[in-house]
Amino acid sequence: MDFVNALVLLSNFVIVPALSYGSQLALGAIGVTLIYGILRFANFAYGDLMAFGTMFTILFTWYFQSIGISLGVLPTALLAIPFAIVIAILFSLLIDKFVFSYYRIKKSPPVTLAMVSIGVMFIINAVVRIIIGPFDRRFFDGERFIIRANEFKEMTGLNEGLAIKSTQVLTLFVTIIVASILFWFLNKTRTGKSMRAYSDNEDLALLSGISPERVVMITWIIAAILATVAGTLYGLDKSFKPFTYFNNLLPIFAAAIVGGIGNPLGAFLGGYVIAFSEIFITYAYKKFFAYLLPESLEPNSLIQLLSTDYKFAVSFSILVIVLLFRPSGIFKGRVL
Amino acid sequence: MNYFSGEKMTGGYGGPDIITSCTIGVNKGEIVTILGPNGAGKSTAMKALLGMLDLREGTITINEKDISNLNPQDRVKEGISFVPQTRNVFTGMTVQENLEMGAYLRDENFQDTLNEIYGLFPILKEKRNQLAGQLSGGQRQQVALGRALMIKPSVLMLDEPTAGVSPIVMDELFNHIIKVRETGVAILMVEQNARQALTIADRGYVLVTGENKFSGSGKELLNDPEVRRSFLGG
Repeated sequence: MDFVNALVLLSNFVIVPALSYGSQLALGAIGVTLIYGILRFANFAYGDLMAFGTMFTILFTWYFQSIGISLGVLPTALLAIPFAIVIAILFSLLIDKFVFSYYRIKKSPPVTLAMVSIGVMFIINAVVRIIIGPFDRRFFDGERFIIRANEFKEMTGLNEGLAIKSTQVLTLFVTIIVASILFWFLNKTRTGKSMRAYSDNEDLALLSGISPERVVMITWIIAAILATVAGTLYGLDKSFKPFTYFNNLLPIFAAAIVGGIGNPLGAFLGGYVIAFSEIFITYAYKKFFAYLLPESLEPNSLIQLLSTDYKFAVSFSILVIVLLFRPSGIFKGRVL
Repeated sequence: MNYFSGEKMTGGYGGPDIITSCTIGVNKGEIVTILGPNGAGKSTAMKALLGMLDLREGTITINEKDISNLNPQDRVKEGISFVPQTRNVFTGMTVQENLEMGAYLRDENFQDTLNEIYGLFPILKEKRNQLAGQLSGGQRQQVALGRALMIKPSVLMLDEPTAGVSPIVMDELFNHIIKVRETGVAILMVEQNARQALTIADRGYVLVTGENKFSGSGKELLNDPEVRRSFLGG
């Protein structure tokens, strides 16, 4: 019984949260990795693009709420996402047209484009703060829990409860759908294959008649969709605050690099690698060991490897270690 | 007038002229090879024909149509296909996907062409689900040739197709190139292995410092004492 309790405890505080956080990172990391693969620069504005998309999901959610539309037990945000995606796509294409395309045509080195993206990052950052403000906002409505901790305890008679939030299930569900469509698109459709070809060997893709403008446009569209979806899921699960989204850039980049930058499947799995490492390392195992070990060996301290305040240190360390020892990533990608 | 030709091409990469008044032409069902010492402008002449170089003078025509002002992608649409010397396959994609990308500009069903290519290069059919990057050098060159043929080109340009492969594979590749000629494609290639190239070529051009020095049938050039002494090693 103690063993089951320990497992439930771990699921409740580590596995379930890491799965949903990992999914959110995974979607973001695919966006970053696609931009790197096709446009060949690290887009530092991606975290703020996520904030931008999420902001519009919130604005549309408020609008729907004000006219009395809701999805019942599901969050209204689900209804708002498609509208926010359209705006995020238009915004990305506009930025590409007025900022990035200039440097692309000039064939600027990737580092210049990365610096340009930092400029874009500040601008989007400011735009988001002007429109919606820098505060923490919760926009979740509907049924918060699928299983509450005490319900679970009553059902199973265990000491430990397992709470499953609807946003966590929603995150997993949406991630599976979005990722399946995306990988189907990249591997099976002509346009998807042409994107992979362009990322693989630009010169040969041009010689085969693949149009670079089209590939670039579709990349921005996919990146904007992923940013909006990932940002909204994160915001529903936790809360929306522009600064947090900017901060999330680090774990997202770490995920993309762990997975081998330019490799979408790697980025997807990298998201989970980062999320699980972050949460496994910052979790306090005292209670977990209390269940498993005999009373005499029960730990006195928290048995926490790293305080949760330092969770970004985990992504940062993974990033540095991967870059030092395996720059092409765990799954082979382009070397940065 | 040749089916595909560049007349009196002069130009370079922005600096001094690399090729001056250079003329190269090829007809359908013919293999023409461009030879010359290092730095003679062989690859540059090829790039000029492809539109990857700004020419100061000269005209490029295909089927008597002037295409001097078209960019490389539009020349692909005119039926000119190119196999670069290096990085000529999509390494992270399967053999079949490589071939499909070759047919990217074709909207109609290209299953027939795919089967034709598999007939021409049986090894590709066997390895069609393998990543092109995992194939041997000779097999990769076949993928590269196959990709270029998927567009059903009338002109196929090859930049040193046998660079870096063993002599046995080289003979095999030359045999494949002869098979491609039999399908009625005009083939223009730059080659380092001058003697072997001339034995399969119908005609050849010898370039020196960007100018036409000799030209003639493969046999003539092979037997020309001056060509032999300067380029074929006696």
